[in-house]
This record gives sequence, C-alpha cells and structure tokens, in this order.
Amino acid sequence: MKLKNTLLMAAACVTAAGGAMAEEMTIVSWGGAYSKSQLKAYHEPYSAKSGVTILNDDSSAEAVAKLRAMNEAGNVTWDVVDVVASDAIRLCDEGLALEIDADTQLAAAPDGTSASEDFGDLLVSDCFIPQIVYSTTFGYRTDMVGDTPPTDICAVFDLDAYPGKRALEKRPINNVEWALLCDGVAKDDVYDVLETEEGQNRALAKLDTIKDSVVWWSAGADTPQLLADGEIVMGSTYNGRLFSVIEEQKQPVAMLWDAQVFDLDGWIIPAGLSEERQKRALDYIMFATDTQRLADQAKYISYGPARASSAPLVGQHAELGIEMAPHMPTDPNNAQNTFLYNYEFWADYRDDIDAKFQAWLAK
Amino acid sequence: MAALTPISRKPLSLVLPTVAVAGAVAGMFVGASNGSVVLGMLGGAIAMAAVASVYITILKNEQYARWINIIGSGLLGFLFGGLLGGILGLLAGWFFAFFIYWMYEGRYRRKLLPYMTARQVFWHYAFRVICGAIFTFLITPILVVLPLSFNAQDFFTFTPEMLRLDPEGYSLKHYRDFFSNNEWQRSFKNSLIIAPIATVISVSLGTLAAIGLSQSHVPGRRLIMGVLISPMIVPLIISATGMFFFYSDIGRFLEGTLGMNKNFVGYVKVVLAHAVLGIPFVIITVTATLVGFDRSLTRAAANMGAGPVKTFFSIQMPLILPGVISGGLFAFITSFDEVVVILFVGSASQKTLPWQMFTGLREQISPTILAVATILVVFSIALLTTVELLRRRSERLRGLSPA
Amino acid sequence: MRALMLIAPLLVFVLLSFVIPIASMLFRSVENGIVSETLPLTVEALDGWDADGDQLPDEAIYEAFVRDMVVAIEAKKHTRLGSRLNYEETGMSSMFRKSGRALKKLNPDTDGPFKDQLIDIHDGFGELQTWRVIKTHSVEVTNGYFLNAIDMQRTHEGAVSQPEDKQILVKLFIRTMFMSLIITGSCILLAYPISYLLATLPMRVSNLLMILVLLPFWTSLLVRTSAWKVMLQQQGVINDTLVWLGLVSDSARLIIINNQIGTIIAMTHILLPFMILPMYSVMQTIPVTYTRAAKSMGATNWTTFWRIYFPQSIPGIGAGSILVFILSIGYYITPEIVGGTKGVFISNRIAYHISSSLNWGLAAALGTILLGVVLILYWAYDKIVGIDNVKLG
Repeated sequence: MKLKNTLLMAAACVTAAGGAMAEEMTIVSWGGAYSKSQLKAYHEPYSAKSGVTILNDDSSAEAVAKLRAMNEAGNVTWDVVDVVASDAIRLCDEGLALEIDADTQLAAAPDGTSASEDFGDLLVSDCFIPQIVYSTTFGYRTDMVGDTPPTDICAVFDLDAYPGKRALEKRPINNVEWALLCDGVAKDDVYDVLETEEGQNRALAKLDTIKDSVVWWSAGADTPQLLADGEIVMGSTYNGRLFSVIEEQKQPVAMLWDAQVFDLDGWIIPAGLSEERQKRALDYIMFATDTQRLADQAKYISYGPARASSAPLVGQHAELGIEMAPHMPTDPNNAQNTFLYNYEFWADYRDDIDAKFQAWLAK
Repeated sequence: MAALTPISRKPLSLVLPTVAVAGAVAGMFVGASNGSVVLGMLGGAIAMAAVASVYITILKNEQYARWINIIGSGLLGFLFGGLLGGILGLLAGWFFAFFIYWMYEGRYRRKLLPYMTARQVFWHYAFRVICGAIFTFLITPILVVLPLSFNAQDFFTFTPEMLRLDPEGYSLKHYRDFFSNNEWQRSFKNSLIIAPIATVISVSLGTLAAIGLSQSHVPGRRLIMGVLISPMIVPLIISATGMFFFYSDIGRFLEGTLGMNKNFVGYVKVVLAHAVLGIPFVIITVTATLVGFDRSLTRAAANMGAGPVKTFFSIQMPLILPGVISGGLFAFITSFDEVVVILFVGSASQKTLPWQMFTGLREQISPTILAVATILVVFSIALLTTVELLRRRSERLRGLSPA
Repeated sequence: MRALMLIAPLLVFVLLSFVIPIASMLFRSVENGIVSETLPLTVEALDGWDADGDQLPDEAIYEAFVRDMVVAIEAKKHTRLGSRLNYEETGMSSMFRKSGRALKKLNPDTDGPFKDQLIDIHDGFGELQTWRVIKTHSVEVTNGYFLNAIDMQRTHEGAVSQPEDKQILVKLFIRTMFMSLIITGSCILLAYPISYLLATLPMRVSNLLMILVLLPFWTSLLVRTSAWKVMLQQQGVINDTLVWLGLVSDSARLIIINNQIGTIIAMTHILLPFMILPMYSVMQTIPVTYTRAAKSMGATNWTTFWRIYFPQSIPGIGAGSILVFILSIGYYITPEIVGGTKGVFISNRIAYHISSSLNWGLAAALGTILLGVVLILYWAYDKIVGIDNVKLG
C-alpha cells in the first residue's frame, strides 16, 4: 500500500512536470498570520516539489456552511479545508468530509512509528487529520494586577483580588468548564456535572458572579486588542495571539497557562471530489502532515505540532529567533493543568447549552 | 454673499451677557479639570465680560484687541497646560476675539433678512449650532480613526507616543503593507472591477424597469414592485445561502457546457449577485423621480418624429438623471461594502476589499484596514470636490450666477 | 404591453436569481424528509405505537430500526440523522454515531431478536423519549422549526413551550424590533435638521456640507464599526477626553459600549446617511414660496413649519424610515461587535444557525418570520403613505 502510494506520488510528479498546464488546488484556511505560517511551512515546499499551484481561500470561518451548500449543489470547488476539530466532527457526521485511514494515507514518523500511533488520541474523528494543538488560555496585563500576578484560573472569578474587566468568548464552551472548576468541581467530574440540568445552572450561576465585569468577544483578535488598550485586566484567547502580543508587539502582557483548554485544528478533504482531485488532495495531506512539516510550522506561529514525533524538532522562530518550545501550549511547564476539549460532549450538548447560555446572556 | 442687512453696533447690555455666557461654558471645562465646575464657570463669565468691556470701551481697536487676546490666551494655556494647552489657548483666544466683535459690531445680522425678530435671529443660530453638533457626530469617528492608520503598533490604540506627538509613535508601515501585500492589492483591484460593473447592470436594468413600472395600467404593479425590492428586505445571510445554490448551478453551466474560463465565471457570478442586491435602490430612486415626470414631454417628442430610443435618451434620461445617479451611488456602495454574500458566492480569486478587511479584523487586528480607509476617504474627498468644482465651472460657463 | 416588456428582463432576472432560490431556502423551514427517508420501515412500524403510553416499542419496531440503520450506515446517513434529531433532543447525535459501529455488524435476517441487543449497545434505545422523538419528527412537512423559532417545541403531546431558561428567540425578535424603532427614531431626529439645512442653504455651501454626509457613507461599514469601538470603550477616545477635561472622574468612566447604548449610537451613525439622502431630496422640492406665503398671511414660524413645511416633508421621512428600519433589522455585524450581551439581534442567531450549528431549518423559520414582519410593515407603509411616495434621492 505504501509502495503504491509512493508510486502514485511519483506518477503525479511526472504528470505535473510533463503536463503543459500547471495543476491547481484550492486550500481553505483562516487567513492572517496562520495562513502565512502554512504558506511557508507547507504550500511553498509542496508547490516546489510537485509543481501544483496552490490557491489560498480564507474561508475557514464559513467552511461548515459553505461545504454543505457546495455538497448539496454537487459542485465542490475546494480541495483541502482547514477546520477546528469540532467542525470536522460535524462535517464528518453530515457526510461532507472524506474518511481518512491514518495508517495508509498519512506518512509514518521517521522512526517508523505509524501515523495513527504518532497522532495518538488526537485523531478525534475519522475524517480529521490534526495539524496543530492550540489552546484557549488567559493573558493578563502585568501592570494592572498589582504585586501578585494570577497563577490559577480562578483568578478570573476573583473580583476582589483582581478588579477590572475580563474578556471571555461569547459562547458556553470553555467558560462553563472553567466556572465549574472554580466552583469546586473536581476536574474529572466536570462533564458529568455539566450533563445535568443543575450542573449547567451551577456553571451559569458561577459566571453570573462576574457577568457585569465581562467583555464578550467573538473574534480571536478581540482580546489582544482589548489587552493592548488596557480595557481589560485579563482575557481568554488562543495562545498564538497572546504570543504575538507579548513577543512581537512587546505589550505588558503575560500568560496564565493554568487550566488552558487544548483544541485541535487540522485538515479535512471534502467528500465528493473527482478521483483525480481527491488523489491530489491526499497527496498534499500526506506531505503537509509529516513530522518535519508539522515541526516547521512552529517556526512561524506558536502552536504545538500534533505529532508526538515533531515536538523534538521544534526550533526557533523564523523572524524573532527565539526558542519556540517554551511557548508551545504542550510544553511541560505550561501543561501542568490542562483540559482537552471534549468533542463528544459538545457535539451533543452544544445547541442545548448554547441556547441556555444565550438566554442567560440576554437576561 | 452680499450683505442683506446694514449692521449697527450693539449696546453693551446685549454684548456683555452673551460673551459672559460663552465664557462660562469655556470656564466650565477649565474649572472641571481643576476641581470646581461652578468656580470655573463664574471665573470664565467674569473674565470674558471684563476682557470684552476693556476692548470695547478702552482699547477701541479691533486689530490690537484680537492679537492681544490670541497671544495672551495662548500664553496662559501654555503656562498651565503645556504644548497642547497652548494650542487650545490660541484657538480659544482667536474664537473669543472673533466672537466679541461679531456680537459688538452686530455682524451676526449681516447675512440675515432685515425684518427678522431677535428671537428669529437667536433660533437661526441655535439651529446652526445643533446642525454643527450633528455634523460633528457624523464625521468625528472617521477623523478619529484615520490617524490610527499611522500607528507604529499593530493595534487600534492611541499609544502614549502618539499622544505626545512623538515621531517614534508614527509609521507608514501599514501603508507599505497595503501597497506591497498581494492580498490587499488583489482584493482592491477586485472591488474596483466588481462594484462598477454590478452598478452598471443594476442601474440599466433597474431604470428600464422603473420606467415600465411608471406607465399607467401595469397589471400586478404592487406585486412586481414587491418582488423587485425583495433583495433589500431578506436578511443578508439567508440571501447569501439561497443565492449560493443558484450561482453554483449557473457556474457549472457556464464552465461545463459553454466551456468558459473558471476565473471569468467566478466574476460573472459575483457581479450578478451584487447587481441583484443593488436593484432595489435603483428602482426606488428612479420611480420616485418619475412620479413628477411630465408625460406630455415624451408625447411631444414622439409628435415631432423622435423614435422611442431617441426620446428616452434626449428627453427622459436627462430629466431623471439625478434619481439614476443617486440610485447608482447606493448600488455602488452596496457592492463595494458587501461582506456577507461575497463570502458565499465568491471564491478566493474574487476576494473583495470588504472580505479582506473582514478576515483582517477577525484574524489579526491590523491598522492596514485603516490605511485603506484613509486612502479611500482622501480619494473620495478629492472626487467629490472635483465634481463640485466642475459643476461650478459649468454653471459659470452657462452664465448662471452661483446661487 | 410595452411597459411589461421594459420590466420583464429585470423581473425575470430577480425572480430567477433571487426570489426562487430564496423561496427554496425558506422552504427548508417546513421540509423534514430526513427521518422518513432514512428510517422508512421504522417510521411505518412506529405508526401503530402509542407514544403517550409508557410501553417501549415492541420487537417488530426494533427489527425495522435495525434494517433501516444497516442501510443508512452503509450510505453514511445515520450520523446526519443523529445531528438532525439532536436539535430536538440532546444526546441523539452521539447515540447515533456511537451505535453506528456496533449496528453495522448486525444482520437483520439472522441476528434477532434485537430489542435487548440494542439497549445493550446504547441505553438510549431503552428510553421512551428516543422513540417519541423519532415518531414526533417523522412527518415530512413539519411545523417543528417554526415552533422552535417562537420558543416552543414539537413533542408527542403537541406544541409545548420550551423550558424558561432556553427561551430566547421571541425576546430577540422583540428586542430587534424595539431597537430598530429607536434607531429609526434617532435617525429621524438627527437627519431632519441636517436635511433641512442642506435643502435651504445655497447650493455651493450645501454641496460642500454634503461631503460630510457622504464621507461616512463611503467609508466601509467595518471601519466605521471599529471606529466606534475606539471611540466608545472605557479607555476610548470619548472617555479619555471627558476624563482629561475633568467632566468624569477616572474611576467612573462611562459605560457606553457593549450595551444597548453602544449599539444605538453606532447603528444610528451608520444608517444616518440612508435617512438624510431621501429626506434631503424631498425637502429640496418643497418650494420656498409656500412658507413665505404662509408667513405673509400672518402665520407664526411654528405654524408655518408644522402646517405647511412638515406635511410636505413626510414622504422623505417615510422613505428614510423604511430604509433605515429594514436595514437595521437585518444588520448583525455591528451589533455583534459593539452590542455586548444586550445588543444581539435576531439576525445574529440566524447567522449562528446557518454557519455554526447547521440548523438551516430553524434559520429558515427565523428568516421567514422576519421577512413576514417586514412585509407586513411594507404593506402598512404602502397603505398609509403609498410606496410611490418613497423618494430616495
């Protein structure tokens, strides 16, 4: 099987080199710094190797809806799509994404470890090829917290010790978990408690204690802006955004890694591609998610590579020249107390708890 | 404009209280920042009244009074509030010098009708002040946000360096980013292609339909009108998803059956989608201008042997042109500023400016979008001013005095 | 006839490219074939089952279910059905996904009886509620989405309201209407004096002032919304200025963003040109001679304005109001950015259901209701003012 793939790849290279017209594929991603890191780490080397021209489409935020529409219309124009894991699960459930067999369709680690073992638990859906581990965590203004900077997550709920506004995402996911954790629920019990009506109310009641001091964000860029303005004392956002605030923009901000929530971002291949396009997409995926490529991406953005075998290869930031490993959410120092986004739970409860959350917000 | 009313000097009993009131308002701000609003108001009122009476009764020379006032006030401001205070002081000094003599010499009546009562004069100016406030409301956010495009940092924040007017705090890097970044350039170009074509389509089809609608005895007129303006009233996100299906079919037909270039088809789809969104505005404006249209004019033209096309372009079109233009303006803006439908109907190669801005705001707050906005604002000021100057020129040439 | 020929191209264009696709999109609010298509045998078998009783379905129904599921899993449709049913009953999504693997191995002809096996595979199959939900939502044309849209739900006992802590949509509808009215009102208040001034000033001055109106109009919506954020924040320009002037103390900065005030201010600013332009064009056509005549006959200023000028300017107010109101109902980007918790509009939820939860049925139902409200207003407006009197420019 592996040999066959290699042969196919070789054949693809030959046709690409021999064909008069350059092949083209559309890869969908988020835009901004993240797309730039993919361009450097994946697209450019892949184009150089295979001769395929890659078109970037910054539509990941609308990917779920648009893929569904494309699928219904029977005209899928995207070849590879970057989505967060929960969206991948939804797409897989709806039959909109191609199922992938990790061991045959993804590259093994350099030492021969199979891809499914290398990715491990991170293969959360049959359709999803993980790319990075990012985390949603807190940043705080070092000049606004006095002499005792916050070290644990419950500082967010402690208005006496840390007065001022905090920014939270305008959705229940992550917020209710943090609330329960700081309301005395043991980490292992959080989702059992959240399954119950009382548990959900308990989480909202805890959030109620800080509701007046919360600024709700909906785009990942909001919290960095609010922190830079001094509009908030602390706020949650993706760790890569905080990295750029702290290291690139040199703002007086520091990270609070406690109870960070790991989440995954990765690729899916839309269902319903023609055989030729599917083959090309699989070829790209095989290349872009191998050990070296995933480690390369960390040169441009501070997200952890999803393969265990990539971690030792993470080097320095391409422009700033700082060591990237300590800035990875997966670094042992940062990952002393973490959550992994519970995909199963939220696939079921998202709509229900979201309705309650919105009703609570509007109260 | 020529003076309507001969002016005369006003008695001190009118001038001093008015100046005192203005002084009190100014004093309020000064007082507030120094701890006592009441004291500030009192001080401001007394000071301004005193200064005014000195100028009018003792100094009696407007030029001297003006310069003394400006420089004195500027110095005071500088002593208490540094550079910024000094500038504010100069401005305040200029304003009060102007205001005192404007009142005293009765200049405020010069441009008004002679028979207006005192109360009417008062309302006239009060109304202007209100309008000024509303214009300020309209324009301030834009004026405030434009300097941020020169920010040396990647945030929408006035940094302390910027407030100190320190050159360190300013940079042109966001403009460089706009001009050197392919994504921005491409999306700008796309917007400049898509918006005008979409506008032309909605204006031409819309104007024709509006003319049809304005004829008497159109069956089902109300229903047709409802259909035609429906793109305006369906929530955009629903229009976007619904239209996606239609344009996906169209796209397949054009590419597959007619074998057209994929990129070209992409533009066709977006242009048509935007044209539909602009149509309601054209329909509404043009029907409105046609309501007052004198039908006998077209009949007269037909009488004299002009064909329908000739009649349309020589008689009807010039008369309804204002409506067509403003409809076109709305349609243009609809396309130029549209960010929901394009996300669904367009693909990467048709990325427009708003789409790029939207990604920019979501993924990385970057003042580049403010740099774009600044460029557009400067460009449109230039455009509007040119149009106005041309209008005045043609008026002069036609011998009409500018009203 | 000639009139129709002039209208026809546009009418066909709009009908084809807009009305029909949108109508078919909105039709999703009642369309519900998925359950009966995926589980045809089960739906038929459930017909005889009493949903109100306390008995689980019998073996025949479980067998039918297994037959259906084996086919559905083969076609990878079972998870899709699970997501559909999860909108109604939390937990269905994972139940269908998880049980898929085990169910695939069953052979409907030889592996029976299935009842206990299924309950073994997932507890959910032993719960009455599961079967009630399947039965309730097996109809091909459903009112379920519309019920959801007004905070009710379709159950085996008929339409029931949602639990109180999930009721949000009606509230959002009312809020959207109410806020849009306020925004329209403040636009009228601000636009009237401006338009009057522009219409009465000499052309060369008014054209210059018009630039001040057109500039915001030309500036991207996204830029203007960001600008308001910069202005209104607690560390923003307005608060900083007030604190610097000493009108507000540093500890008591005004809270004018992330609430309804912020939404109203920003939306009023954004929509103001849509009010000014139509008002201005109507006021321009009001002859000065009328007011002069009134005054010369001894009318006071107020009477002249109220009895002569104002009635003639009503078409402009009407056109502006209808534009502003309709546009503000549909805006969701601005409320999302400056509205905080109290500024969310119904369109935000429509967007959420279209692009995040994929519950297009509910989104379509919400959109249909919104469209219905706008059409009623449009009709009322046509009755009162007449749509012909709408003047935009």
